[in-house]
Amino acid sequence: MVIQGGKSNPEPTVCSVTALTTTPPAGLRNWSLGCAVQVIDCVCTDVCVFLQVNTSGYYRMTREQQAVEQARRAFLTGRSRPLDYRIRQLKSLRCFIAEKKADITAALQKDLGKSENGTELYEMLSLEGEIMAAVKHLPKWAAPRPMEKNLLTIMDEVYVQPEPLGVVLIIGAWNYPWAVTLKPLIGAIAAGNAVVVKPSEVCVHTAKVMEDLLPLYLDKEMYPVVTGGVTETQELLKQRFDHIFYTGNCMVGKLVMEAASHHLTPVILELGGKSPCYIDKDCDITVACRRVTWGKYVNCGQTCIAPDYILCEPSIQDRVVEEIRKCIKEFYTDDPKNFADYGRIINKRHFKRVMALLEGSTVALGGDSDESERYIAPTVLRDVKPEAKVMQEEIFGPILPILTVSSADEAIHFINSREKPLALYIFSSNKKLIKRMIAETSSGGVLANDCLVHFTVSALPFGGVGNSGMGCYHGRHTFDQLSHLRSCLIRGLAMEKINTVRYPPHTTEKMRWARLLILRQVNLGRLRCMVVVTLLGMLAAFMAQRLRK
Amino acid sequence: MVTSPGSKQPETGRAVKGAGAPSTDHCWLYWTWCVKMDGYKTVIDSLRASFRSGFSLPEQFRLDQLEALVTLIRENEKQILEALYKDLGKPKFEAILSEIDMVMNELSFAIHNLKTWMAPEYVTKNLATKLDHCFVHREPLGVVLIIGTWNYPFQLILLPLVAAIAAGNCAILKPSEISPATEKLLVDLIPKYLSQKCYAVICGGAEETKKLLENKFDHIFYTGSQKVARSILQAAAVHLTPVTLELGGKCPCLIYGNLDIKAAAKRLAWAKFFNAGQSCVAPDYVLCNREMREALVPALRQALEDFYSPRPRECADIGRIVSERHWTRLADLLQRSTGTVVIGGETDKEEKYIAPTVLVDVPETDALMEEEIFGPILPIICIDTLADGVNFINAREKPLALYVFSDESKVVTTVLEQTSSGGFCSNDGIVHMSLPGLPFGGVGNSGMGSYHGRWGFETFSHRRACMLRGWGLERINVLRYPPYTEGNLGWLRWATGSKRKGWGSCSLM
Repeated sequence: MVIQGGKSNPEPTVCSVTALTTTPPAGLRNWSLGCAVQVIDCVCTDVCVFLQVNTSGYYRMTREQQAVEQARRAFLTGRSRPLDYRIRQLKSLRCFIAEKKADITAALQKDLGKSENGTELYEMLSLEGEIMAAVKHLPKWAAPRPMEKNLLTIMDEVYVQPEPLGVVLIIGAWNYPWAVTLKPLIGAIAAGNAVVVKPSEVCVHTAKVMEDLLPLYLDKEMYPVVTGGVTETQELLKQRFDHIFYTGNCMVGKLVMEAASHHLTPVILELGGKSPCYIDKDCDITVACRRVTWGKYVNCGQTCIAPDYILCEPSIQDRVVEEIRKCIKEFYTDDPKNFADYGRIINKRHFKRVMALLEGSTVALGGDSDESERYIAPTVLRDVKPEAKVMQEEIFGPILPILTVSSADEAIHFINSREKPLALYIFSSNKKLIKRMIAETSSGGVLANDCLVHFTVSALPFGGVGNSGMGCYHGRHTFDQLSHLRSCLIRGLAMEKINTVRYPPHTTEKMRWARLLILRQVNLGRLRCMVVVTLLGMLAAFMAQRLRK
Repeated sequence: MVTSPGSKQPETGRAVKGAGAPSTDHCWLYWTWCVKMDGYKTVIDSLRASFRSGFSLPEQFRLDQLEALVTLIRENEKQILEALYKDLGKPKFEAILSEIDMVMNELSFAIHNLKTWMAPEYVTKNLATKLDHCFVHREPLGVVLIIGTWNYPFQLILLPLVAAIAAGNCAILKPSEISPATEKLLVDLIPKYLSQKCYAVICGGAEETKKLLENKFDHIFYTGSQKVARSILQAAAVHLTPVTLELGGKCPCLIYGNLDIKAAAKRLAWAKFFNAGQSCVAPDYVLCNREMREALVPALRQALEDFYSPRPRECADIGRIVSERHWTRLADLLQRSTGTVVIGGETDKEEKYIAPTVLVDVPETDALMEEEIFGPILPIICIDTLADGVNFINAREKPLALYVFSDESKVVTTVLEQTSSGGFCSNDGIVHMSLPGLPFGGVGNSGMGSYHGRWGFETFSHRRACMLRGWGLERINVLRYPPYTEGNLGWLRWATGSKRKGWGSCSLM
């Protein structure tokens, strides 16, 4: 454990450790030393970092500690603050996506059986759009935002300045491994943060591509990629970050939040949930079913905003099943198993989990599977009971249960009796009903008469509420969430006379003035007008006087 | 005036006696009874039931409640001032300015702007969704918990409440038990004026808070210390509850370069000794070079004499320390400090009084530099250059506020750009938090999330993305359906990409 000067490298380089000398690196208290200590010296070799703490020994940092320290040191150099730097990084991220398309697609093919065009459509398309938007709008996003003033500060500058938070940890998920990992990364880069990227270990090939190729394009000190499973993630979470962005499930979400609480780190959690889909009898059922079929079976149902179950009245259930049958045939042919555009379940464990959900429900369509290929056919279940196994957890697979409800009211009641979902889909031609359902339910987002596409509008915040997560992202929202919006009041020292009203000794007279000056904001518009008019008047008088001279 | 939250009652919330509850004229006794029965669950459940029924949702209801809060303050201004005097010896001027008027101001701001805040926000669309409605709808989160603190016991619990009401939530208030007079007043007044179906006040100390936190809330808003914040976050993690933390920290005050030292000293002294230094945004310590210090100390002495007379102890305009425990902590800090006291230094346990005190020659590792001071003690630390000052600030946790006094705008910009803090104010103290347009909140160790004005409304709202599509143009959708082809992909790329200006109208043609 104790290595003097770093034996693996005969000439270790001593880093500048100004930042480390007073703040012990995050997680230090979890070291074998047992307490927070001062770092005296830091030695870097090619393979690892050694830190000298209070005692005479050098301690080797874990790979995770090292990545975080490295990112923090890079952040503290301040090189990520200029917008030029951020835009350069974003542009090279775009190059990465364009140039390494083949590697990315191949890895996804191996991990999730995604077809080439499917990958392009669902992963890369939105990323490119996001990068382009960030590059284009960054100067506007990062600019100071002027705010309202009161009388006391009428002559001062009052604005909100977005500034980087520091080191952000992004933990990706496996269902859209590129989209959900790189989208937050784009926002984090735009906001000027250093980022530790932790791709999901479930997508082995994708994680490998990310680890190997991303550092070739991005500043590898500022944006290290750390791969690994549960142990590595736990070790990472012990470190101190300035923000954590997690995409995944509820259970891990709680662990992430719990870990973050030690360092008072804010978190964004993008979780899932059972997103309901209500099909009203007053709607174009053919079109509705096409859109639902598409939304459900894309990526083999492994989409966090996929419609999880259908709620409809018993009278239309048969038609819904029939229409979905037609659409499945149209989209994936009679033999989805051998059709390139139909995906696979990520791994054996999930395959077993999804298959177990079928238990106790009536299969109306599909239902066949092949464990060796992790294939499950597009499946529809009918007349499913609310207590059925398939209704107890997020399905995250190509199984679509249909539950019957007697009316829209019952549907609303059913939705409200469960945890708040990430998305709510309403299919109806009745605008009033849609408005009512929006008003009487809660969910991360609502989409009427279609599936998934609200995800593509980057101006809309994307995120959950309650059990489906906290915080939101996409476009400008990512930038805002991963920035600190610092309130700034820039005053001068002039006009000290006016200030006497607020200084003790206090008198009633002073109080009246203070109330007016410091606190009155109401009708500021009118007040501002008045002040401007007065100032203009004064200016005019002044000019007139000068002219007379 | 007692009601049981579950029973039928007029909307104003004035009073039908709860069946089964012990008959008493004191609301909090009823709550205490609930607590003994089942750990706050009854209260929370009844609030949740009102929330579910959509009671707190209509704009008119929110406005009525906000107006009721205005009436509460108008009608009880005297009692409020008395309570604050009892708890903190708060001078009337300070109490009115920093507690009553702050809340009143926030209230009228919210009442005037509620309509705008609630309106759906339409967003820009891409070509593929050109014909649809895309908007962000602000909806309330549910039942929120607001935990206040004792330094501004009135303001720090009511400002978040204003935001929570404006956003349409039901709320449970937990005022600080360290300021008992104000706590008692809130328990009495809130149920009298606000709807008891939607808002409840719960009293108690650490033990009760812990128990309260075992319940599921839809948001927790906490003002206080880092240590408690950690346990709140941990409790929140169990239910995945989002949390806003308003913590403190050592707010530095950097004085550098050319400036009118007299004006600076006055503003600094005002900001520091307002509420006897017990403000989370009070300047905690001063950084300046030696020459500046030589000029600053006499200027501060003069300013303090002007403000509080040569005998501050007898002056009505200086507050007291909130409790004996806090007084002891401060007196102990003063004793352990190796700095030299140049102004003040007197203490009196009986009165919980500590004179406005300034220390010089305070080393970096001094007792006074270990934690947030939160009292009328101002250490001055010497630095040589501006860069030293910036490094000094950056080597510590991110503070809630950062103050710079200088006439040179270059100094101000340098510090602003090279440091981080919740808020920033040049050439003055505290004033930045009186602006409802500015978000008030910390970063890093000084907290997360923000409030005041619209920012508070946003904190207590869920921004729900809504998109309403039509049935037409199903043809175009064929592009995205499998089987996927190269041609379709090209079209989609074009349609979903954000368009340069002009494309929008083009596409409609």
